[in-house]
Amino acid sequence: MRKSVVAISALIACLGVPALAQQKSVKIGFISTFSGPPAVIGNDMRNSFELALDHLGRKVGGLPVEVIYEDDQQKPEVGKQKTDKLIESDHVDFIVGYIWSNVLLASLKPAIDSKTIMISSNAGPSQIAGELCSPYFFSTSWQNDQTPAAIGLYMNQKGVKSAYLVGPNYAAGKDMMAGVKATFKGKIVGEEYTRWPDQLDFSAELSKGRAAKPDAMFVFYPGAAGVQFLNQYVQAGLKNQIPLYTAFTIDETTLPRQGENALGIPGAQEWVNDLPNDANKKFVADYKAKHKASPSFYGAQSYDAALLVNSAVAAVKGDVARKADMIKAMEKADFASVRGSFRYGNNHFPIQNFYLQDVVKGPDGMPVLKTVATIVKDDQDVFHDKCTMK
Amino acid sequence: MHDEVILLFEQCLNGLQFGLLLFLLAAGLTLVFGIMDFVNLAHGSFYMLGAYFAATFAALTQSFVLSAVLALAATLAVGMAAEVIAIRKLYGRDHLDHVLGTFGLILFFNELVRLIWGPAGMNLALPPYLSTSIEILPDVYYPAYRLAVIMVALVVAFFLYIVVMRTRVGMLIRAGASNREMVSALGINIRLLYTFVFGVGAALAALAGLIQAPILTVQIGMGENILIVALVVIIIGGIGSIRGAFIAAIFVGLVDTVGRAFLPEFFRLVMTPAAASALAPALSSMLIYLLMAAVLVLRPQGFFPADGR
Repeated sequence: MRKSVVAISALIACLGVPALAQQKSVKIGFISTFSGPPAVIGNDMRNSFELALDHLGRKVGGLPVEVIYEDDQQKPEVGKQKTDKLIESDHVDFIVGYIWSNVLLASLKPAIDSKTIMISSNAGPSQIAGELCSPYFFSTSWQNDQTPAAIGLYMNQKGVKSAYLVGPNYAAGKDMMAGVKATFKGKIVGEEYTRWPDQLDFSAELSKGRAAKPDAMFVFYPGAAGVQFLNQYVQAGLKNQIPLYTAFTIDETTLPRQGENALGIPGAQEWVNDLPNDANKKFVADYKAKHKASPSFYGAQSYDAALLVNSAVAAVKGDVARKADMIKAMEKADFASVRGSFRYGNNHFPIQNFYLQDVVKGPDGMPVLKTVATIVKDDQDVFHDKCTMK
Repeated sequence: MHDEVILLFEQCLNGLQFGLLLFLLAAGLTLVFGIMDFVNLAHGSFYMLGAYFAATFAALTQSFVLSAVLALAATLAVGMAAEVIAIRKLYGRDHLDHVLGTFGLILFFNELVRLIWGPAGMNLALPPYLSTSIEILPDVYYPAYRLAVIMVALVVAFFLYIVVMRTRVGMLIRAGASNREMVSALGINIRLLYTFVFGVGAALAALAGLIQAPILTVQIGMGENILIVALVVIIIGGIGSIRGAFIAAIFVGLVDTVGRAFLPEFFRLVMTPAAASALAPALSSMLIYLLMAAVLVLRPQGFFPADGR
């Protein structure tokens, strides 16, 4: 009797101990939009994330990695459901992605409550940078207000005295308007919010913009809406009348369809495909070779997210249960970011440079994005004071 | 003051253009509903197909007008084929069956488009003579293409009215709507007539889609949101009535566009700017539905219900 107990114990020891020692694989949930027109963005994010894993030898922190991709359909309620599913039934160690601020805001609570580390590789709502900040949340993008704030500074440089603002009526749209208003010193002669995401005809807003006779127009229309806005802006003959300044309206996912309409229209960005650091050169070249297209900032931020996960898992030598230590490692931003080096603020949003991007004709005659200047260096969002983390 | 009048005028043109576009979509919907007593949720799919066909033919032929004509013919054919293969089986059944059947068709067409054209969407570029703006009044410019849309839609509306009210085919269509058995007893091939009407409805939707394509972009599911507005139009106008659809479409187009444009200013007069900018976009997007609710309460049959209903 006693013998058999020992034998069984030994058997358990033999089976169990190695299983504990070799650790499981790292599980990452990735939420983005993979259906409908924004699938172009979601695919760019997935392609870039996968490319980063290729560059890491399909391992993070030395452990094999499994990624589960889920489609949020650009709907907050679906995004939250998928987040719940990834946490409760897949038990992921990290949850990455999120294009849309309203989807991210809806999905934040389940991640924080379950202490799952969440990395937004695009959306940066002001609430999460401020009062909703959490040790378990990191951003590899920006806080929404920062990019338009940079373009506001550039509009001052260009001597713009009055501006008319248009954007979609959802969380990010409101942040973008607030961002440009925070830095732009001229007069705001009009501020329009359009139905999102289904309003695609901007004739009423463009007519009002023309009638307001501003020095410049500022818009924020991510994805396909940016193609439509630019089309209608050019058709209305406004391109020669009222210069356009943009945030997240012209990028590599929309440029093929915006074409010549986009030439000469400036925007601000924390990453542009031609940034001259080595990590970026490798990312852009390998992406182009693999996908026959240029990566966008959505992709660049997702690439960085994979490197951030890698730095966290490596710091705890694969013991992903040590969450506090992983968070401490992530706060160092100790990896070769494709935007160049940056550091994290107390609210886990990057403190980073913002560049002026322009659309010019490339060597083959097709329009491409190009870095022109640095608008602002080491910029930190304005909401970090409201975050109670130190 | 002068500026405001010009702006109002411009916004009315925008509203008129949107309204006429809605009419093209609603006309087919209301014809099919009125004549065959058939609820066609897949009408938006023909809108989408029209846009995809036009973008494809434009790439092949390099001619905007020719590609539009080819796209209309192609969608007419697809519409008639859909009627023969699927829709015909559903006549005379419950409206809920129509809704289920045509919802299935929406999914089918969306997937079909994804298989053929891919998920990314397409562009339909305008010829240079249409992608400019025209000085319609001294110092007032308006996009040439939107003016052209207004003209084309008005011509189509007039033509449709003449066909339905003044020709033999139109007489048969109206007779078929009132009493199907009697028309077929008189030796008219009512099945063929229905197939034809359904095809024409699809072609009208395609015209709306391809007209909208250069302003918006060509993408999967583009017909779904606008179909809801077209349903609002036929409810307000009275189901089955072309005249009702025409007037209601322009009314809805004006209310939506002008409301969107001037509601924020109106609210700013009576409340703080912050409250106004929060409330105005929300309310202006509900405006046409509030309008529909009011019509349903006051006049449930719509403004101009078709005869015999």
